[in-house]
Amino acid sequence: MRIDVNAFLGAYPWGRVPGTAPAALLDALDRVAIDTAWVTHLPGLFWRDPTEGNAWLYETCAATPRFKPVPAVHPGLAHWRDVLRQAVDRGVPAVRCDPCCYGLHPAGSELRALAAACGAARVPLVLAVRLEDGRQRHPHDVAPELSAAAVRALIRSDAALRLVITHADRAFLEEVHFGSTPEEAARMWWDISWLWGPPEEHLATVLGTIGPERFVFGTGQPLRLPENAVAKLDLLELPDAERERIESRNVLESLAV
Amino acid sequence: MLIDVHAHFFFAGTPRADWREYNASRLAAGERIGITVHVNSILGTFGRRSPTYFPSPADVGVGNDAALALEHEHPGRIRTYACVNPNYTEHAVREIARCRNAGAIGVKLAASRRADDPLVDAVCDTAQALGLPVLQHIWQGRRRDWPGQEASDGAELCQLAQRHPEVRFILAHVGGGGDWRHTMAVVRAHPNVYLDLSGSGVDGGMLEAGLAAAGVERLLWGTDMTMETGWAKLRYLAHLLPPAELELVKWKNAVRIFPQASFPTD
Repeated sequence: MRIDVNAFLGAYPWGRVPGTAPAALLDALDRVAIDTAWVTHLPGLFWRDPTEGNAWLYETCAATPRFKPVPAVHPGLAHWRDVLRQAVDRGVPAVRCDPCCYGLHPAGSELRALAAACGAARVPLVLAVRLEDGRQRHPHDVAPELSAAAVRALIRSDAALRLVITHADRAFLEEVHFGSTPEEAARMWWDISWLWGPPEEHLATVLGTIGPERFVFGTGQPLRLPENAVAKLDLLELPDAERERIESRNVLESLAV
Repeated sequence: MLIDVHAHFFFAGTPRADWREYNASRLAAGERIGITVHVNSILGTFGRRSPTYFPSPADVGVGNDAALALEHEHPGRIRTYACVNPNYTEHAVREIARCRNAGAIGVKLAASRRADDPLVDAVCDTAQALGLPVLQHIWQGRRRDWPGQEASDGAELCQLAQRHPEVRFILAHVGGGGDWRHTMAVVRAHPNVYLDLSGSGVDGGMLEAGLAAAGVERLLWGTDMTMETGWAKLRYLAHLLPPAELELVKWKNAVRIFPQASFPTD
């Protein structure tokens, strides 16, 4: 079984990306043998109220059981607790927040309030370090990348918070993991979408130093080819149990709401 | 048959203490992916004694010797680009000829001088005389100067290609950083510029844009520093292209632009 915790639906405002419609994403899941994808409404991330994309997301996911909605929550807007409550009531696997896109301090008071609420509701919070390589972004796409310091501050801010961090490279995740206590580190999961394989062997290195318990399968599709996440696992030739842990078991055992 | 037109190996004279493991990892991953030939360049001492993108003539020679030694260690499996710094023009010209005599099959230009600079013409004249393609490091859609390199973008390489219509230019790593859409817009009108698909970028739409801009006969498969991204692109191309066209990208286009007998199937 393979669960992608990092997928999107809908158009990207900074460039034409093929395969953003639900049917196209389903085709992509079939193409690379992904059973289930956690999906977010992509254009909504850039809206003043990103939660306005959540209704369409719920409707689309209801019609397509292989999609699991990861709705956006903007803790700078007055109705955010209602948005979070609705998400929890719907049994979402996680919610997401993109503070740098929203113009919020990624470890400021709004984010800490959201972190505490997610911890209390026992719903994981998804944070993306980036969506695109910083060297190629649109001239007007100037939101900063998420900082490792902000992730450390958030995980320390609430003892019940669980984080899923996507699009992190090796240096970022090592800084956060080894900059956290074992108890804090055990409440963070990292998707493999931005970790390099051979010959640099970043993924192999962190699997060895940190352990497979902390990693989940993620692609960043359709902004990135989903084949990439599968190829890097194929190149590792992991024992079946370890690969299964990354591809689905960590999600099913540790991140289920 | 699968030819990686953009590979790098390291050696003892570079800053990497793990150079043996790195090279072994590249070869092992290559076996898994099915790479038949890695076409390798070594950029001087990769920063140990002179900057990676501005290698001194002495380091250029040391790096090329190491690359040629690797080729002899792995006959048929590793081939070599002669890396040169065009600021040392006479040395560059001599070095290309020396390396060609020793087995090199192409020229690698890093980022020591802008591609459209007249100083690069002598390098291209030499490449043409010896029938060698030129692999040019490219920053896709460079909007400013970046530290550590005098990077060129696709538009600047295409100006050079226009001045040397008989030379085949390989535009390096469209997935290697920068705005590849800028590159796609400029390469259409330059039939002697080939797109090397390598780089860590695996953006949705990049391969479709490459096919639309350059056509399947001007795409070359490669990896650069990340091999899983190369394999991912290859898998996606197998979804996009009929088998005969996929073979062009995998190796037939490369066979066409490198000197005869560079690869086993020639």
